[in-house]
Amino acid sequence: MSTTEVRTAITAHQFFDGLGPDQLDTLATCGEPIEFRAGETLAREGQPAEQFYAVESGHLAIQIHVPQRGAVTVATVGPGEVLGWSWMLEPHRWHFDAVATETTRAVAFDAARLRFAMDDDDELNAALTRRVAAVMTRRLVAARLQLLDLYGAP
Amino acid sequence: MVDLINTAGSSPAAAPMAPMPYRVTRRRHETHDTATITIAPVGEPVATPRPGQFHMLYAFGIGEVPISVSGLDREDGIEHTIRAVGLTTEALSGSSVGDIIGVRGPFGTVWDIDAARGDDVIVMAGGIGLAPLRPVIEHLLAHPGDHGSVNVLVGARSPAELVYADELAAIARRDDVHLAVTVDSSTPEWRGRVGVVTTVIDSARFDPGHTRAFVCGPEAMMRFGIRALLDRGVAPERIQLSAERNMACAVGHCGHCQYGPVLVCRDGAVFDYPRLAPLLGVREL
Repeated sequence: MSTTEVRTAITAHQFFDGLGPDQLDTLATCGEPIEFRAGETLAREGQPAEQFYAVESGHLAIQIHVPQRGAVTVATVGPGEVLGWSWMLEPHRWHFDAVATETTRAVAFDAARLRFAMDDDDELNAALTRRVAAVMTRRLVAARLQLLDLYGAP
Repeated sequence: MVDLINTAGSSPAAAPMAPMPYRVTRRRHETHDTATITIAPVGEPVATPRPGQFHMLYAFGIGEVPISVSGLDREDGIEHTIRAVGLTTEALSGSSVGDIIGVRGPFGTVWDIDAARGDDVIVMAGGIGLAPLRPVIEHLLAHPGDHGSVNVLVGARSPAELVYADELAAIARRDDVHLAVTVDSSTPEWRGRVGVVTTVIDSARFDPGHTRAFVCGPEAMMRFGIRALLDRGVAPERIQLSAERNMACAVGHCGHCQYGPVLVCRDGAVFDYPRLAPLLGVREL
C-alpha cells in the first residue's frame, strides 16, 4: 500500500472524520498498512508505545495478564476505532497488552513521526488530541458501566 | 367476585383479572438462571399478543409476574423467557412440560415495527432485555426487503449469560444483518467483542436521519445507549424503549407500576423515548 492508499484508508476511517486534506496528507506519511494474524500480539504492557493503530477490519483485544487467570480481555477494538493513546502521553509505554482476535487489517502510525508532525502543526496537534481525548472518555464511560455489573440480579 | 381461574367460560377480555389456564408444552434452558417456556391454552386462549406486549403469568399458589412475550407464531404456543430472580419467576422458569400456569393479557403497548418500514433499524438489547425484542428481530429477519440496514446489538454480562445463543449464531451467518454481540466480562474461550453494548453502536451501519431504534435492557444501559444513539444523530422520536416497573394488576388500577405521571402497565411498557426522557433523568422515581 502506497502513501496514497494509506491516505485513502484513513480518509474513510471514522476517527479521522473532519480533518483537512493537508492534515490527512501529513498523517498518511506517518502510517503504513499492517495485518495481524489471529492471536498475534501487537502490544505488551510496559513496553514502549511506538505505534498507534487505526483498525480497518477485524478486532483487537485489550488484555491484562492476571496470575492464575491468564490473559483477561477487558475491551475489544474494531473497525472504525483506534488502539493506543500511550503513544501520545509520556512515558509512552503501553498500559495493556493487545492481541488480534482474528485476522485484522489496520494502519499503523509511527508514534515518533506522528508526535514530530504534531509539534510542527498546532492545528493537527489539537485535532488529534481532541480525538484521542474523546476515545479515552468513551472507554472510561464504558469501563465504569462494566463496573456496575448492569445485568446482575436487580 | 372475580374467579381465581377462568374456567367458567367467560372471555379473557371480559374478565381481565382472571387468569386463563395454559399448559407448558416446551421448556428450553437458556442460562443458569433463565429459561424459555412455551405455553398453549388448555381452553379458550387469550388474545393474540403483539411484539412488545406482556402477559401476567401466574404460578398457582406462589404469585403472578409480568413477563414479556418473547416468541409468537409458534406451532406449540407462545414463548416467554423468564429469569429466576424470585420465588414466582423461579417457579415459572423451572416449570416442566405439562405444568399448568395462569395467563392474563396480553397487556401493554407494542414496538412500532410498521413505522420502521423503509428505514434502517437498530435493535439494542442488554441481558434479558433481548426477550421483548426477539419478536422484532424475528419480524425483521422474516421481511428482509422491508427495511434498510438491520443492526442487532446485543450485550450480556458474560458469554455464559447470553440468551438465544444458537439463534444469535444463526443471525451471525446472515449477510443482510449486522450483528454485534458483546460481553462485559469475557472468558479465555470467548473470541467475540468485550465491552458494554453502548460502545458497539459505532460498528452499526445506518443513516441517522432514516433510522428507527428499539432499545431494551437495564435502565442505566438504556440511558447510555440512547445517549449514544442521539450523539450519532438519531432523532428522539425515532427511538422506542421498554420500561420495567413492578406491574401487578396490569390494567392501570393498582398503581404499583407508577413512574411519575405514567402507569407502565397501561401506558407502556414500550414507550416513545420523548415521553420517558424527562423521567429517565429523575433519580429514584
